[in-house]
Amino acid sequence: MMFSKSVRATPFLKDACFSRAFAESIRQFSHGLPSRMASKGKDIHTSTIVEPPKVQPPEGSTISLKSSSRDDSMFGTRPIYLDVQATTPTDPRVLDKMLTFYTGLYGNPHSSTHAYGWETEKEVEKARAHVAELIGADPKEIIFTSGATETNNMVIKGVPRFYKKTKRHIITTQTEHKCVLDSARHMQDEGYDVTYLPVNSEGLISLDDLRKAIRKDTCLVSIMAVNNEIGVIQPLKEIGEICREHKVFFHTDAAQAYGKIDIDVNDMKIDLLSISSHKIYGPKGAGACFIRRRPRVRLEPIITGGGQERGLRSGTLAPPLVCGFGEAARLMKEESKYDRAYIDRLSEKLKKGLLSIPSTQFNGSTNPKYQYPGCVNVSFAYIEGESLLMALKDIALSSGSACTSASLEPSYVLHALGADDALAHSSIRFGIGRFTTEAEIDYVINAINERVEFLRKMSPLWEMVQEGIDLNSIEWSGH
Amino acid sequence: MTTSKQVLGLYKSLLEKAYKFDNYNFREYAKRKVSDSFRMNKDVKDENEIKNLYNEGINQLAMLDRQTTISKMFTFDKLVVEPLRKHH
Repeated sequence: MMFSKSVRATPFLKDACFSRAFAESIRQFSHGLPSRMASKGKDIHTSTIVEPPKVQPPEGSTISLKSSSRDDSMFGTRPIYLDVQATTPTDPRVLDKMLTFYTGLYGNPHSSTHAYGWETEKEVEKARAHVAELIGADPKEIIFTSGATETNNMVIKGVPRFYKKTKRHIITTQTEHKCVLDSARHMQDEGYDVTYLPVNSEGLISLDDLRKAIRKDTCLVSIMAVNNEIGVIQPLKEIGEICREHKVFFHTDAAQAYGKIDIDVNDMKIDLLSISSHKIYGPKGAGACFIRRRPRVRLEPIITGGGQERGLRSGTLAPPLVCGFGEAARLMKEESKYDRAYIDRLSEKLKKGLLSIPSTQFNGSTNPKYQYPGCVNVSFAYIEGESLLMALKDIALSSGSACTSASLEPSYVLHALGADDALAHSSIRFGIGRFTTEAEIDYVINAINERVEFLRKMSPLWEMVQEGIDLNSIEWSGH
Repeated sequence: MTTSKQVLGLYKSLLEKAYKFDNYNFREYAKRKVSDSFRMNKDVKDENEIKNLYNEGINQLAMLDRQTTISKMFTFDKLVVEPLRKHH
């Protein structure tokens, strides 16, 4: 069972006897939750079957886990979605656009000999213009790919390889997404030098560090715009100035930033930019790369073949995905003011509700200029983040990147901020998007308050802290 | 010329359609979006602009008609924040 696995990996629980008791109580506790995930793996398509609530507080416990203020048989069972950093639901307006390509407009956009090809190509070019418009780029500078991971690979491997005769150095940061770090590692194996810039406790890089790190043979600086785990916005404009001044290409991974914060590639002097479609309510499996034309950035393509997309990314485009992506970008532009005001308001409410719990910490920047409000990362001290997630089966959350959520390792991003293991282990990320409702936020605040209190009542660490014992002074034995 | 009766009629039919989404989040968003859009543009006086907005609304109505139908074809369990209705 999953629970015992998570308990085994828990660094807090050094006492085997206790961990068994803990696992048992967690198990009972989750049985107490009325079949939240009971439908997992089977018939999620069927209409709701109302099951009688089986709410049983854990043995020996005086408090109930379930809110006594409501009758659960009156409500549905599917969890609330609060993980928009991982992916967003496809907007019905985007789907509406896409369906025309799955029904009538099936031509290959690269077929130039007949009307089927022309009509699809026209739509693809419209989508390209929408994607470009949101970042102030020229449509010719947009290359469609399969997603931000492909784009990041294409840039980090492609640009240094093209300039390999004279330049052999890449600069990036410690808090990048895994696909950037992994590509950089790959380049190290090919003999390139890579500098990983550290970040401060708010997750921001220091511009002095960057200036010092740039060498004569530096080819590329890759710094993400908005961090996927803590929502910190890097000072793109300042970084762009420094890079242009030293004639180094500046790449930014804007998967989490595109459409959500203001980006202008000319104003910020960005040379390459990665975009993902499914983070902006578009379809999964589409993305784009902005590649500056003046001054020209050249790169060696990873995928070669028919020479589509200026020869940088061969292969037939997927018009349904590309045009859905274009529509999503258009909507992001059209609704940016409306959406941002709404997300700001919900984020403020959620933050206030969560930080009112004692011994909690907000991870990210306190300066609103450097913090994207749609990402709220909070650490709950003296609780395992994973066990809190287990207790929160009615809310779809993550303790960090979806790519790393399978492992029980604490987040490397929070580590880079200088957070200790305990805090990195107990952090949870809340994502707010266009489709999050106020009722959901109220439910989440309420649920987290209840369950944190419950888990802390079981935690011996919390008890010790309440008694005034400094946890760092304890010498754990047995291991 | 677009009359206020037409505009009100459009508002009513858009809202009616918005309620028809089976998906809770889409339904709530559509309801919020429809009423906020009309409120945002309530002071528009220019004849041409009203006509454009009205036409845009008609397009959105057609989209909502298609998408709510699809939403009803693929239904999922209700969310934990959604009260269950006894009879559908």
